[in-house]
Amino acid sequence: MQRPRTTLKGLPMKRVSLALTLVAATALSVQGVSAQTLKTVQDRGMLSCGVSQGLPGFSSPDDKGNWTGLDVDVCRALAAAVLNDPSKIKFVPLSAKDRFTALQSGEIDVLSRNTTWTVSRDTSLGANFTGVTYYDGQGFMVKKSLKVNSALELNSASVCVQTGTTTEQNLADFFKGNNMKYEVIAFGTIDEAVKAYESGRCDVFTDDASGLYASRLKLANPADHVVLPEIISKEPLGPMVRHGDDQWFDIVKWTLFAMVNAEELGVTQKNVDEMLKSDKPEMKRVLGTDGNLGEQLGLTKDWVVRIVKAVGNYGEAFERNVGTGSPLGIARGINNLWNKGGIQYAPPIR
Amino acid sequence: MTIAPRKPPAQFALRLKRALGGKAGWNGLAAQLAFAAVLAWIAYEIVANARANLETQHIASGFGFLKYNAGFDVSQSLISYTNSDTYWRVFFVGLLNTLVVSVIGIFFATIIGFVVALCRLSPNWLLSRIGGIYVEAIRNLPLLFQILFWYLAVLAALPAPRQSISIFSTFFLNNRGLIVPRPISEPGLDPFLAMLAIGILAALGVRRYARQALFQRGQLIRIWPYVLGLVVGLPLIAMLIFGRPMTFEVPQLKGFNFAGGARIIPEFVALTVALSTYTAAFIAEIVRAGILSVHKGQMEAGSSLGLSRGTTLRLIVVPQAMRVIVPPLTNQYLNLTKNSSLAVGIGYPDLVSVFAGTAVSQTGQAIEIIAMTMGVYLLLSLTTSAIMSIYGWRINRSLGT
Repeated sequence: MQRPRTTLKGLPMKRVSLALTLVAATALSVQGVSAQTLKTVQDRGMLSCGVSQGLPGFSSPDDKGNWTGLDVDVCRALAAAVLNDPSKIKFVPLSAKDRFTALQSGEIDVLSRNTTWTVSRDTSLGANFTGVTYYDGQGFMVKKSLKVNSALELNSASVCVQTGTTTEQNLADFFKGNNMKYEVIAFGTIDEAVKAYESGRCDVFTDDASGLYASRLKLANPADHVVLPEIISKEPLGPMVRHGDDQWFDIVKWTLFAMVNAEELGVTQKNVDEMLKSDKPEMKRVLGTDGNLGEQLGLTKDWVVRIVKAVGNYGEAFERNVGTGSPLGIARGINNLWNKGGIQYAPPIR
Repeated sequence: MTIAPRKPPAQFALRLKRALGGKAGWNGLAAQLAFAAVLAWIAYEIVANARANLETQHIASGFGFLKYNAGFDVSQSLISYTNSDTYWRVFFVGLLNTLVVSVIGIFFATIIGFVVALCRLSPNWLLSRIGGIYVEAIRNLPLLFQILFWYLAVLAALPAPRQSISIFSTFFLNNRGLIVPRPISEPGLDPFLAMLAIGILAALGVRRYARQALFQRGQLIRIWPYVLGLVVGLPLIAMLIFGRPMTFEVPQLKGFNFAGGARIIPEFVALTVALSTYTAAFIAEIVRAGILSVHKGQMEAGSSLGLSRGTTLRLIVVPQAMRVIVPPLTNQYLNLTKNSSLAVGIGYPDLVSVFAGTAVSQTGQAIEIIAMTMGVYLLLSLTTSAIMSIYGWRINRSLGT
């Protein structure tokens, strides 16, 4: 007689079911979640990748249901390296608050979902960050009609935010530090927060700057909204894996490093076959025509070739998804390579 | 149709005793004990295993996090709360927000439910159709849609703070909520409240006396002038002697919003309206069923005594209907309380949103927090059940069944 509560988007049930999965997984399994993620993924023939519920440029499905974005490309690169097929991925859309539970319970093999690397997440969640795919920082978006030019003019503002992120704490710190009052309204998903902002419930919408640009695309009149210049926090976003499986940790970590190294060496999706003929020793090591570095990781010698063929190097993935050529139009900035004025730096492959 | 009377709670002890021994006597008791031991062992294994697994996975566990700073803000709090308070306080902030929405929701759901039920049963064609349409429209739409509808409808209809609808320049309505003057206590408050309490007690005494006079001597006393004098007059006298009990801080438009005054946020309004109208549709059907379960001879008897339809309902039919109404009504109260967890969809800071939401993602301690949250809902539900059981039992007793 009473309708179940799972009617729209299944939000509450999803959360509860995830929590119950975790309880069941930790309470009933004898060894906890399997430590052999590589073998599990290869036996399954499918990589399970946790992504956002739709953040343009990072992870969002297009009109045909294909997932695209920078975070998605990290998963595709991983699938190419591990399964030799960038399409063998099951994407699991997760809200900010459900994401860690999904990783802990083993529902996903890797979490690639614009997640900020912090010490508490790295230590207390039973998970490890494998690197930084995007150096971000928290910013504010307001309506142009408010004529606000700086975040320091936001005293007594109402702020819409997505719950379950580092954003809420940064926000509290920023307003407290600047002796300003504010009201926070926290929503379960980013879409709900943006909708409330658009309807006028809040003066300000806050998120990581990349997320602000992405969300602005979804507004009815993106030109009516402006992202304020202040960046109030450091938000290094990166993929996460479960603690306790060093081999899998290495693979995910070096997949991203391989993309960055490929850019540094000038290996692109187009020229990778040509580069295979190169006799530069460094190039031969990276592309696996010399040595067995890939096999040491538990993969094949040509792992980097597979990755670059699937998604291109880091720079290509960046430009395609979030860069100046994409709808988001974000400049490379600090995400440029270390030798080009940015801070993207990968340890060498040798 | 007869309905088995609910047993008074006192008989539970007796039933337990019988269940323990049973017809099998001591053997039955031994079997029960063995079964309980097995259950306890399973529970212990689950807890121990969970702890061991959390440890091997390096997931933080334990309740130590409750004393750490939460570091985030909440838009509505009934107790004082800042972002430097602990997670333990966040828990209470969320709990109180859930409670206030549930209690107010239950209050309005009951009133709307009874009114709609009486409409449906009314001989007036228009009223009964309106009641029917209300029930069918509301109960057949998913609740989350209704919450979102009320939220977005309420928001869309309201202006921005700078174009607020002003009522006598003291109340302001905008898309940040309803801003009302905040009462600030003055020295005259204590005598005012004391006189008010005395007035109410005295009024209750008068009512009791009037009822006795009615039942014992058949004497009808009109009590409302006395009640009015006691409840309004006494505090007025206190005000004249001791001065004003409170002053009001009038909200002022400042920056983006109003400073000063108290505010009712639109999330609260939307959630309360959605929960109470939705649950009211179910309550209306329960009440209708309850009233129809009373033999129509009761209604006719009332009419033949010369009582009006309203008085007959109030004094004769509804009291008898209550014992049918109360058990399913309890279910609806429990549903409303649990459904309030849908708040996260519209950003109302209830327990699930702030504690099982933000706190979980900040601490990562899902097991502890979800367990605490489930415990709270269980406790709330059991408390509601217990209160309604006692109420149902009292009704049965007063009906002499």
